Amino acid sequence: MNAYVQSLLGILLSAVLTENFILVKFYGICPFMGVSKKTDTAIGMGMAVTFVMGIACAACWVVNQWVLVPLELEYMQTVTFILVIASIVQVVEMFLKKTVPALYQALGIYLPLITTNCAVLGAALVNVQKGYDFLQSVVFGVCGGLGFTLAIVLFASIRERTDKSDCPQCFKGFPITLISAGLLALAFMGFSGLKIF
Amino acid sequence: MDFKRQFKEGLLTKNPVTVQLLGMCSTLAITTSLFNGLGMGLSVTIILICSNVLISALRKVIPNQIRIAAYIVIIAGFVTIVDLCLQAFLPALSENLGVFIPLIVVNCIILGRAEAFASKNTVLASAVDGLCQGIGYTVALVIMCVIRELLGSGTFGGGILNGGEGIRIIPAQYPAMQMVMPVGGFLTLGAVIAGSQWLMKHLEKKEAAKK
Repeated sequence: MNAYVQSLLGILLSAVLTENFILVKFYGICPFMGVSKKTDTAIGMGMAVTFVMGIACAACWVVNQWVLVPLELEYMQTVTFILVIASIVQVVEMFLKKTVPALYQALGIYLPLITTNCAVLGAALVNVQKGYDFLQSVVFGVCGGLGFTLAIVLFASIRERTDKSDCPQCFKGFPITLISAGLLALAFMGFSGLKIF
Repeated sequence: MDFKRQFKEGLLTKNPVTVQLLGMCSTLAITTSLFNGLGMGLSVTIILICSNVLISALRKVIPNQIRIAAYIVIIAGFVTIVDLCLQAFLPALSENLGVFIPLIVVNCIILGRAEAFASKNTVLASAVDGLCQGIGYTVALVIMCVIRELLGSGTFGGGILNGGEGIRIIPAQYPAMQMVMPVGGFLTLGAVIAGSQWLMKHLEKKEAAKK
């Protein structure tokens, strides 16, 4: 059991820091660039992604192990997972609207956008590739989401400052944003090789 | 139909990577050698053409309310076909690109073209649009690959030329490893987009001077 707990902690550490979803693995760059203009919205997006990713990883694991593998339909993974994720996003949206309207308001338009976030599909596919069991899959999904939140919040606070400073004309807007993301990625490279156990 | 204009749009003025800023994940992640870039570009081009043609052919049949879901299923079908073909015939490429092949499903370029172009135009025009946008995407990827590979590993054409080793241009002890790591992806893409913005400004000025 002890080794199992260690494996969970290892997944936690790698998903948040050493193999950060955005800055090292490049899953979910679109929302990272699109929704990082303000820290508030960045926190909202991060929360929404973490929430959906936890549920999606659990659901995709169940569908894969109990439906696709017994029927030998593994080659349908991509199609099935994207449908599962799209329907989860829909259900979560309706559920939150009815039961927790405050949270629904806070997440707002970010919820439907998550369907096309490759972080969610990526996490589900990586779970299958690495052969994680149910709990490991869920931990990987949630921690990947936390890593996403960490990166997007840090980046939003950098961006709030760089937006107001001067830079060469052709670098205005998107290019300078990418360069600052590169510097943030450089900082995260410092975590590589980090191991507690 | 205006092939020349569509081609120019795909390649420069509406390039999916440098202007529309779509499909960033794969652009940043896999552009570490020429082989990967070309392979990814061609795969996306094929999927883009196929899905554009099918969606355009079905545009009067698919009900408006569920169109996005229908598009995603069509795209996911083609992605699976390409994924399986690569695993069968080009296992090395499939290994290199890894999870980013199935992730083409959520690549915004394909869904974006389906929604913005294929759902409103004829089959032939959509096929041409898919081809042009695909070429634009491939060209952007190849430029990124060449820069990153040269600075990061000091070679050109890794995976294809010289028996997969690539042609060595910079001696092995000099290249900056960081350029083939995630950092290099961000920096190179930033520089490439800045370059294309400069080029477009330059062309505009030239055109204005002509008049």
